[in-house]
Amino acid sequence: MKKYILDLTIRQTVAIGKQCVLLRLTADEQLPEMFPGQFVEVRVDHTPSVMLRRPISIHYYNKETNELGLLVQLVGDGTRWMATLKEGDMLNLVLPLGNGFTLPEDPSVRPLLIGGGVGVAPLLYLGMKLKEMGITPTFLLGSRTENELMQVQEFEKVGPVYITTENGAVGEQGYVTQHSVLTREQFSQVYTCGPKPMMVAVARWAKAADVPCEVSLENKMACGVGACLCCVEDTKEGNVCVCKEGPVFSIEKLSWQI
Amino acid sequence: MADLRTSIGKLELANPVMTASGTFGYGTEFADFVDLDRLGGVIVKGTTLHHREGNPYPRMAETPSGMLNAVGLQNKGVEYFCEQIYPTIKDYKTNMIVNVSGSAIEDYVATAERINALEAIPAIELNISCPNVKQGGMAFGVTAKGAAEVVSAVRKVYDKTLIVKLSPNVTDITEIARAAESAGADSVSLINTLLGMAIDAERRCPILSTVTGGMSGPAVKPIALRMVWQVAKAVQIPVVGLGGITNATDAIEFLLAGASAIEVGTANFMDPAVTGKIVDGINDYLDRHGFASVRDIIGALEI
Repeated sequence: MKKYILDLTIRQTVAIGKQCVLLRLTADEQLPEMFPGQFVEVRVDHTPSVMLRRPISIHYYNKETNELGLLVQLVGDGTRWMATLKEGDMLNLVLPLGNGFTLPEDPSVRPLLIGGGVGVAPLLYLGMKLKEMGITPTFLLGSRTENELMQVQEFEKVGPVYITTENGAVGEQGYVTQHSVLTREQFSQVYTCGPKPMMVAVARWAKAADVPCEVSLENKMACGVGACLCCVEDTKEGNVCVCKEGPVFSIEKLSWQI
Repeated sequence: MADLRTSIGKLELANPVMTASGTFGYGTEFADFVDLDRLGGVIVKGTTLHHREGNPYPRMAETPSGMLNAVGLQNKGVEYFCEQIYPTIKDYKTNMIVNVSGSAIEDYVATAERINALEAIPAIELNISCPNVKQGGMAFGVTAKGAAEVVSAVRKVYDKTLIVKLSPNVTDITEIARAAESAGADSVSLINTLLGMAIDAERRCPILSTVTGGMSGPAVKPIALRMVWQVAKAVQIPVVGLGGITNATDAIEFLLAGASAIEVGTANFMDPAVTGKIVDGINDYLDRHGFASVRDIIGALEI
């Protein structure tokens, strides 16, 4: 897929809880095709402590409105700078990067999309694409408390949403892998993105249940295009770049102890 | 339009801008952003005799205006390069230069000999300075004797342009440069990364799996510039300058300090199209100052 360096315009910056912002971006020209699970690298300006671009997954891309959505968790100087952007400001992106989730060929597939924290971000666009294909995605979203739940109403527009919180304030109490929907319903494909311990637990569950599972990894990156070999993940084929061969991997390929 | 042509010994470059090994893959990763044929050269990822898995993750830590890496020369070995990579890059008009690394003299020699046979590779950059490999190249690069030994051995089997990449992690880099020159190097390139370290205070542990790593980026530029200036005065062979070059002004500073060509490394991560912009920026500078050729500013520092 051809990659681009583009200056996009901020349409709106929306605060999502206390820890995240949604950047709604557009451009005069039609944006290139992007697939669920792919990501962009954002140039951070005016912050001397941030030299490298920040990889951010694609939350959604709407071809009709020519809008790209990025859900950004405020973790450091770079992401906090992004949160200060206002309507009309420009943001320089390299996109689209990475492989993306494997979209099912069988329309009767029953996909379960499991997200934790800001890891829910790529699952919205994946759910939208599945819905477009006539497949109903089921979402299972986990967080520590009700405060870290994000975009639940947006997910509800796409498919049924189940929630777990560790404090039990919303949905079922516990971890995503403890939710009753996993025993009540049969799923034939799992996609997951979130903190590594959560993804490992999901992978373990999926493997035991004999359900194919894809995980989206977030290893620390520099180049974003497979040149610097910094973001490698240990796989059954050796160290591979998460930015280029991933960020999405089938759990069968990884060397995780599951 | 000024004349941007320069040379490294008998190797002719369309302009002084090359890419630093390990930051630009095999060039093809950046082909959507830069017309590779507009560059003076592309120095591809460090290649060793045998396949290397490199170091465990995490391999990278960002630092103010810089970064540390501990990749550890991950590559699939020279045979894979010759069979699988070479056919995909050999038809570019730019100079495709292979960075050759190793941990024993025989390995350097065997790798260089294999690459000598590749028609479309006009030069190698001998990496005697990688800080991330145990008993790695740096062992050769930190003593004049070690540098001379490995360069002489490779010189015997390699008859095209031989550039030797020097480590800055030494007491006197000019001494190593002179040793490389006496042993038959056509050129020296400098600097490789500076040995550094990053700590995660919250977890009380090192950020890199290898504890220490090689530092690069704009933060190292003043050190690199100083070393290029010193080495350019100390040797007769052409010097290739690198270390923190982020824009055309940085590149021109290295040329003024005595570099015949430059390499752009970490800046490729900040702006994947930066190398093309540096070529244009050097041309603009020459036009603005009325220089007909880039050769007019090489070593033209006025003190």
